[in-house]
Amino acid sequence: MKRIFAREDYCLGCRLCEINCLVKHSRSKKIVKAFRRERDTAAPVVQVEESGRVSFALQCRHCDDAPCIEACIAGAMCRDPKTNAVLCDEDRCVGCWSCIMVCPAGAVLRGKTRKVASKCDLCAGEDAPVCVEGCPNEALTYEER
Amino acid sequence: MERDPERCIQCQVCVRQCANDVHEYDASDDLVSSESSRCVGCHRCATLCPTGAISIREAELDFRPNANWTASAIRSIYKQAEGGGMLLTGMGNDRPYASYWDRMVLNASQVTNPSIDPLREPMELVTYLGRKPDKVEFEGRNGKPSLTTELAPQIELQVPVMFSAMSYGSISLNASIALARAAQAAGTFANTGEGGLHRDIYPYAGNMIVQVASGRFGVDADYLNRAAAVEIKIGQGAKPGIGGHLPGEKVDAAVSQTRMIPEGTDALSPAPHHDIYSIEDLRQLIFAIKEATVYAKPVFVKIAAVHNVAAIASGCVRAGADVVAIDGFRGGTGAAPTMIRDHVGIPIELALAAVDDRLREEGIRNRASLVAAGGFRSSADVVKAIALGADAVYIGTAALVAMGCHLCQKCYTGKCNWGIATQDPILTKRLNPDVAARRLTNLLRGWSHEIKEMLGGMGINAVESLRGNREHLRAVGIAANELEVLGVKPAGVGA
Amino acid sequence: MKRDKTKYVIVGNSTAAIGAVEGIRRLDRQTPIVLISKEPYHTYSRPLISYLLAGEVDKERMYYRPRDFYERNAVDARLGVEAVRVDADALAVETADGGRIPFEKLLVATGGRPFVPKIAGSDAEGVFTFVSWDDAKAISTYIGRAAPERAAVVGGGLIGIKAAEALHACGLDVTVVELADRLLPLALDAKGSELAAAALRDAGVKLVCGTTVERILASDGAVSDVVLRGGRTLTCELVVIAIGVVPDTSIVEGSRIETDRGIRIDEHCATSVPGIYAAGDVAQGSDTLTGNSRPIPIFPNACRQGNVAGTNMAGGEARMGAAFAMNSVEVFGLPTISVGLATAEGEGYEVLVRGQDSARAYRRFVLRDGRLVGALFVGDIDRAGIVTGLIRERIDASGIKDLLLSDGLGLISLPAEYRKHVVRGDGIVV
Repeated sequence: MKRIFAREDYCLGCRLCEINCLVKHSRSKKIVKAFRRERDTAAPVVQVEESGRVSFALQCRHCDDAPCIEACIAGAMCRDPKTNAVLCDEDRCVGCWSCIMVCPAGAVLRGKTRKVASKCDLCAGEDAPVCVEGCPNEALTYEER
Repeated sequence: MERDPERCIQCQVCVRQCANDVHEYDASDDLVSSESSRCVGCHRCATLCPTGAISIREAELDFRPNANWTASAIRSIYKQAEGGGMLLTGMGNDRPYASYWDRMVLNASQVTNPSIDPLREPMELVTYLGRKPDKVEFEGRNGKPSLTTELAPQIELQVPVMFSAMSYGSISLNASIALARAAQAAGTFANTGEGGLHRDIYPYAGNMIVQVASGRFGVDADYLNRAAAVEIKIGQGAKPGIGGHLPGEKVDAAVSQTRMIPEGTDALSPAPHHDIYSIEDLRQLIFAIKEATVYAKPVFVKIAAVHNVAAIASGCVRAGADVVAIDGFRGGTGAAPTMIRDHVGIPIELALAAVDDRLREEGIRNRASLVAAGGFRSSADVVKAIALGADAVYIGTAALVAMGCHLCQKCYTGKCNWGIATQDPILTKRLNPDVAARRLTNLLRGWSHEIKEMLGGMGINAVESLRGNREHLRAVGIAANELEVLGVKPAGVGA
Repeated sequence: MKRDKTKYVIVGNSTAAIGAVEGIRRLDRQTPIVLISKEPYHTYSRPLISYLLAGEVDKERMYYRPRDFYERNAVDARLGVEAVRVDADALAVETADGGRIPFEKLLVATGGRPFVPKIAGSDAEGVFTFVSWDDAKAISTYIGRAAPERAAVVGGGLIGIKAAEALHACGLDVTVVELADRLLPLALDAKGSELAAAALRDAGVKLVCGTTVERILASDGAVSDVVLRGGRTLTCELVVIAIGVVPDTSIVEGSRIETDRGIRIDEHCATSVPGIYAAGDVAQGSDTLTGNSRPIPIFPNACRQGNVAGTNMAGGEARMGAAFAMNSVEVFGLPTISVGLATAEGEGYEVLVRGQDSARAYRRFVLRDGRLVGALFVGDIDRAGIVTGLIRERIDASGIKDLLLSDGLGLISLPAEYRKHVVRGDGIVV
């Protein structure tokens, strides 16, 4: 399946990936509006980790052997049959945080407004995730691996 | 720099990306603010701003308009009065000397001599640089002709454009690798400059021209033999007559190893080569290099375009150079004194025409190829240069711009926000060599198509037919005495 | 009723059973699976019963898999059929209605049953256990009918806390009675329990520690009070016994399938009888961190065991790998995550804490021989899974102790090979 990979060598730590992710997951989908009106509700699901000179963007790895699917008590974490991505059905999620407990990448976040697990969905429906498209230095790739 | 408050979303990308600390984020006010005085005009923030909220403008002039005493002249004096040092700058001469390229135009064929459609007919852009023989001799063998003349070594270019000398040390390793990669992909060559040949570039060495400059950095037998050609650098257009200086802070472990000098020491290239004080000395060095490379590679000599350039070029050819590269006064650099950059040297257009004429007059034009350099901006400039007499052209600034340079001219500070003219690892990350190589290859591809279109329009299908063919040029608005130097007729005059 | 041998038979209908169906189906898409479930419901999530009782989820959200799960996976689900005995010699399952199902491979995933100690008066009306949907239904019905005002929850562990939350949400005045000297004694340490107890208090729920219910008093047959050891009496009209669960091994008792506290299984989730597997709360495997054999009745473990068993039943090869206790539970709005030997201390254990004076964010890390073996997160649970990963992979943490305690613990703080292993799936040598 196609996954997102980050290249530490080229990541600038500019965080445009977080910005684009936030806009994609906002209601308005417009950058100025999302940042002005939706700061309390919209949040990115990719996190840039930074330490000294090293930085990289981290999001859900959509593991083949996903521990979050095993741990989910509500059956909300499931696999998309087409893309093989791991998706969280926010209508079923009860916010027990078992997924947060088991994700080895720490890629699952607590939802900002709703008590649900929030994580990368590979921008379901797009050709390529917006974080990859918007990276100014091509530090994120979307590859079959 | 100006920030549009309607569009700024306080995302702080500008804060994170500016190497000059222009932008600052105040967490308690949740506000990004800027200190314009530190802005160098590199456009990094404006380019990356996701809402396009930033624009960069020339700061409002405080001074009364004065055609003689420009703001720049006034400020330069302030600076020198403060510090007492030399004014430094980067890139090429930015003064408003009139461009000759912009005052020459090309022909197109109509009616009597039909033009050629490059999409339908083969167009030959392949160019060979090297010494051409005075005559070629054949013998018949099995009814077919067979060449008996031994040809001097040549390098083959798929397009008559090469990447000019930019040393690793003045530019980042990522930039150097991108240039090498693109040269290989496009079937042309890149010049190492005097930075030596870094190990990561060995895979591309077959497309590299290595430079032997006055500091002799990185020069050993292996260096000479790996590459496709060797260039002795006598001078460069941006700073004729003076040497180079890479400050010790920029000589890190990798630069030290590649240049073969101790880490942290200044890399000083002296003004003359201290073993070349006459044309005979140059001949000696040229042949020493040929011996060391078993006469398998063409030897270039690069000179700056100065008043006596024709005589100097002739001397170089007679000394044994296979290619003479002439760098005009628009040539770029990582660091040079502003006065030298802007006021020393002559335009490449005039120099090229003069050299081509002199070599033809002396009957030695075939003994060396001519490569022109110094501020080539487009494929049109390239075509005009070939018409004036060049075999090929070197591009430096154009290549850097393709990689992202915004000509802020602050290369000498080492804080290139685009990751090009810096060794700072935080900044060099910004130049992804895959992306940069792709952009360079794209540039050459675009120019190749344009050159073919222009050639086809002129009714010729091989770049050879254009070389030195001044008939394809006409001048618009150039003084008569300059037309004589250029050997170009004014527009309106027929064949 | 004799039938031909069924290739796959599963007794159970919760996550271990479903995990097994999915494990089998990855390798064998067609051979029918017979699934026998005592409860008549489509597979549902037991942990969600407190959410159901509290009114936070409705019936539809209780189901663990979509309604067409059995059909899409060719499962012949016999819901409401109780398996009563496994004949380990003839390899057949006997059901309460007299049925007999011979099998090639069997998975016993009968789960746990509530542990109910003998308490005098526990036969009064208004006394409930709290492990199944029917329990939640019964309590809900009783609340609607008898309008109890006060409730006593016996047991201050995970089930008890969840029961207390649900009853509180139903509007009752709740008191939790815990035998140990603190709340959630197995999951939380002293400081963690203190924070949890404060959360209870802030919600208006009462807590009594260090005792248990000795006797239940009734009036007109319905609960009226509970008497605690030590003499104290609590007035209440509803009692929930939520002390714990024990593996429900009844159907294998007397057979040659080895049991201890639960049904003994190896790395492949196989029991001592070839062809018979066990998974979930009924099973007893090996705890990687303690080296002991004991049931680990937690959801992720059950699901994985089911998967492993199913894979092996279908002829594949899968092993359990690292298995240890872990729990994520919000205590009246205070999130807590407890992994591995989170409360261990003493000889051989190195304990690192952060936020010991905080009321909001407390973290505790336990190392043994330089490796993480336990972690506790109270309040600030973000990215806790990173530490779970370190425990599971037995990464040497002796060099990153400062980083564990720092703000923003992330993958970037960890050795590059581990980071690449997690992010890119590169293999790793421990």
